[in-house]
Amino acid sequence: MTTRLSAEAQSEIRRLAAQFPKPQSALLGALFVAQGEAGLLDPEIVAEVAGLLQLPANEVASVASFYHLYRFRPEGRHLIQVCTNVSCLLNGCQTALQHLERRLGIKAGETTPDGRFTLKTAECLAACEIAPMMMVGPDRHGPLQVERIDEILEAYA
Amino acid sequence: MPEPFLLRYIHEPDQGELEAYLARGGYEGLRRALAMPPEQVVEEVDRSGLRGRGGAGFSTGRKWKFLPRDPAVTKYLVVNADEGEPGTFKDRALMEGDPHRLIEGIIIASYAIDAHQAFIYLRREFEHARRKLEQALAQAYAAGYLGRSIRGSGFALDVVIATGAGAYIAGEETGLLESLEGRRAMPRLKPPFYPAVKGLYMQPTALNNVETLCHVAWILARGETWYRQQGSPILFSVSGHVQRPGVYELPLGTTIRAVIDAAGGLRPGRSFKACFPGGTSSAILPAAYLDTPMDYDLTKLDVYGSMLGSAALIVMDDTTCMVEVVARAVEFYRDESCGKCTPCREGTVWISQVFDRILHGAGRPEDLDLLTGIARGMTGTCLCPLGESVPPAIYSTLRFFRQEYDHHIRTGACDVRAVIPA
Repeated sequence: MTTRLSAEAQSEIRRLAAQFPKPQSALLGALFVAQGEAGLLDPEIVAEVAGLLQLPANEVASVASFYHLYRFRPEGRHLIQVCTNVSCLLNGCQTALQHLERRLGIKAGETTPDGRFTLKTAECLAACEIAPMMMVGPDRHGPLQVERIDEILEAYA
Repeated sequence: MPEPFLLRYIHEPDQGELEAYLARGGYEGLRRALAMPPEQVVEEVDRSGLRGRGGAGFSTGRKWKFLPRDPAVTKYLVVNADEGEPGTFKDRALMEGDPHRLIEGIIIASYAIDAHQAFIYLRREFEHARRKLEQALAQAYAAGYLGRSIRGSGFALDVVIATGAGAYIAGEETGLLESLEGRRAMPRLKPPFYPAVKGLYMQPTALNNVETLCHVAWILARGETWYRQQGSPILFSVSGHVQRPGVYELPLGTTIRAVIDAAGGLRPGRSFKACFPGGTSSAILPAAYLDTPMDYDLTKLDVYGSMLGSAALIVMDDTTCMVEVVARAVEFYRDESCGKCTPCREGTVWISQVFDRILHGAGRPEDLDLLTGIARGMTGTCLCPLGESVPPAIYSTLRFFRQEYDHHIRTGACDVRAVIPA
């Protein structure tokens, strides 16, 4: 059977599964490995992960659809998550979000045509000491000042 | 006032390194614990008075005592590192700044309850904390603090980091266990699924919060007598309209006013309007409650269902529209509801719709009774604390800031914004 996941990704998923008394416990981590390589979780990739963990594909699809951080459509290279929860709301996150929408020419939930950024709003990212804040990929940025946002984005090619 | 200890080293750049941690007295608590019978470790933590810092405030020692002592029964320790209550960020700070402290607490707790496998369920967005913990775990294994026979004691423990994937409900203990078993994070029914009885893989499981386990490491290092002399410190996550938002270590029972002062007070020229004392799940309190001690003691903070919760103090000054804040909090619970039980799944959507029309100038006078009615229908009826988190802020703002709702409904505009431009 030809597979889309590389040998490295498959062995990483097997390594994760071996860490737990029951391999299904590795499912969330395995889905991130697959998503990292394939860019998104399409039915074929979901079936491959299911096969590696010996789970029904529909169970894997059901679990994946429950969580916010999996994606089922292509997205940009860098995910921008703007926190809009209470502490950031109190500190003006809407101004930062509006600036990002204008600057990138997209609305929250959309991806730039060049595939560089996907912009999303997020729930509390546990960094209220730098509200209003956003994450770009794994990095936290804040307190966001509109005039500094463009500069922050430049670091992400 | 006692010196802070939980935060004492978190800004030292090398604190995540085993050598530096040891040089500052690290793993001393573990050494002391391994020299005692496990039951005595449980007793010491129980006598320290430590209560869980995840939000429920249950006695840590008593929680451990619920687990069976039978060595033939497999038991697990699960660390709830899925910090997600809006306004809370202390656990992230601890994991990033002092990762070996958490690992030491995990080993002591596992030894106390006779668990040989521990899992850290870590929020996915905590990439930096993950790297710190992975490095600290590798160092701890290499130095014999984890693995087959920890420091020659014969006690064996493995610690694995498991990942969340973006779901607030996974912070609820039984939802977390479902997620850790690789399923949707939908809470289990209690009874029968009390984690101490039927937890991870249906085995007895102790679930502890990150900060709680850091306290455990200090209690064992210095002894419960010393710990009690420190005045039961707790980490407050202070955010919103304060000059220096951040994590502050203060004794339990510190007043709301004193916590705000510790965070630099309000911005110049502004006055205090209200706060969430314990994250958005607690009721909003107005200025009349500024001198209330922040404690688990329900006779103090329990106003319209308010509570210490995760000790996330969100401060709001006179520029804040209370209707907008509550609407945003409700929207959060609506989006994060897992959908398993009806009052939460339906109630959060209905309440959100009512707030939407009030904020968009289409509110009706009868909407306030409708909000109260739906909130009442969710009180005590939800499967887990998520849905139960919605009514307190509604009840308390309808009591203390009713005129703001009335103004929105009557004029279609916000009276706060009219006076103070955004």
